[in-house]
Amino acid sequence: MEWKRIELPLNDEVIRGLRAGCMCMLYGKLLTARDKAHQRIAGMIARGEDLPFSLAGETIYYVGPTPPAPGRIIGAAGPTTSSRMDPFSGTMLGLGIKGMIGKGKRDLETKELIQKYKAVYFSSIGGAGAYLSMRITASRVIAFDDLATEAVYELEVSGFPVIVACDMYGGDIYEHQV
Amino acid sequence: MAMSRTIHTDLIKDKLVDLIRETSFIAPPFIKECFARIRENESTDIARETMNILIENTEIAAAEQIPLCQDTGVAVVFIELGQSVRLEGDYIYDAVNSAVEEAYRKFYLRKSVVSDPLERKNTGTNTPAFIHLDIVPGETFRLDLMLKGGGSENMSALRMFRPTDSVDMIIDYIEDTVVKAGPNPCPPLFLGVGIGGTADTAMTNSKRALLRPAGTWHSNPFYSDLEKRIYERLNSSGVGPMGFGGAGTAGAVCIKEAPAHIASLPVALNLNCHSLRVAGCEL
Repeated sequence: MEWKRIELPLNDEVIRGLRAGCMCMLYGKLLTARDKAHQRIAGMIARGEDLPFSLAGETIYYVGPTPPAPGRIIGAAGPTTSSRMDPFSGTMLGLGIKGMIGKGKRDLETKELIQKYKAVYFSSIGGAGAYLSMRITASRVIAFDDLATEAVYELEVSGFPVIVACDMYGGDIYEHQV
Repeated sequence: MAMSRTIHTDLIKDKLVDLIRETSFIAPPFIKECFARIRENESTDIARETMNILIENTEIAAAEQIPLCQDTGVAVVFIELGQSVRLEGDYIYDAVNSAVEEAYRKFYLRKSVVSDPLERKNTGTNTPAFIHLDIVPGETFRLDLMLKGGGSENMSALRMFRPTDSVDMIIDYIEDTVVKAGPNPCPPLFLGVGIGGTADTAMTNSKRALLRPAGTWHSNPFYSDLEKRIYERLNSSGVGPMGFGGAGTAGAVCIKEAPAHIASLPVALNLNCHSLRVAGCEL
């Protein structure tokens, strides 16, 4: 099986072609968010506030990078455990995100929401922080900079390896084993 | 005449800074050989490519001085302090915390510690370290460091077995725990197993078990046989690298046992991720 080249942002046609187990190399822009950014987004939406950025069509990467050493774009930047973001799946997909990148299993509700919203969940390679850092070509904080490593970053990636873990047809790579 | 030896805490601090740098950026030869062996045994593209990326990750981390994993962990520090050693300088816990603060700042490591589990305000220094201090006979001073990431720590498990339960039930429990954790603790795992003691001793021993020299089995044949049985069982469970399916679920299994109450048989599991960041030294 070859790595499939995927340009970001994702579109419906691309997402229709993605099945659990498909190996993809991503090119383009991602937004990052992990525990605290999700909590803050959900809080703002609950209070009827506007977000300082749009999530429509975006792919969200669950990551909290190490600080960049001088001269570096970003530090180590591998995925964190996705299941901690499961409680926010409805909010985030409702705001229009089309893709999520993390590592590990999703809950049943998230998998159903992925089907409902015709989105996709990718797992990247957990613990490959140095390798994945080298696949990030630009990085800037766009919101919540007080959250430090948990701020929302816009990243540009080139050849960023991910595996389709949950697809819009209900496929789940983690259900094939054992 | 009573023997005594003096160690300055500045030396302990300097050694600990070195250990944090070493473990954050350098995968020891044992880990690289283990990854290469697992890759050779995998039959699917996803498992092989995953192992290729993990192997390349160790090379990039060392060459580019980028941490192996963005979760540079909490610092778990084990100290064996000889009873005849006199410490000079700072309070030893302050020396350890000052080493952690300095290393995490100087090497651009992530600060992942919050001061209160419910308020969750980041301390900004990655302190406090989690320190286990044992007094041992003589003049030795041993320092061991484990950097532990949250994703793998969150898969930790403890079960209090009946003393009459069989070893097979323990093996079943271990396999079940590892399979249920699946991708979350970032397999291939280095599994630390604490058996016996009180519940807290078993948990600590599940970490101490992994301080053993890399690539060695238990020195007691009964326990080394048990380690091998668990290792074989896990590697036929199908979890595989990063839980994508495959043969490489565990890189090593290390047991540390302890005496126990007549009513108790605790079994504690430390599902350490593939990024085993452990190093030690004697002063």
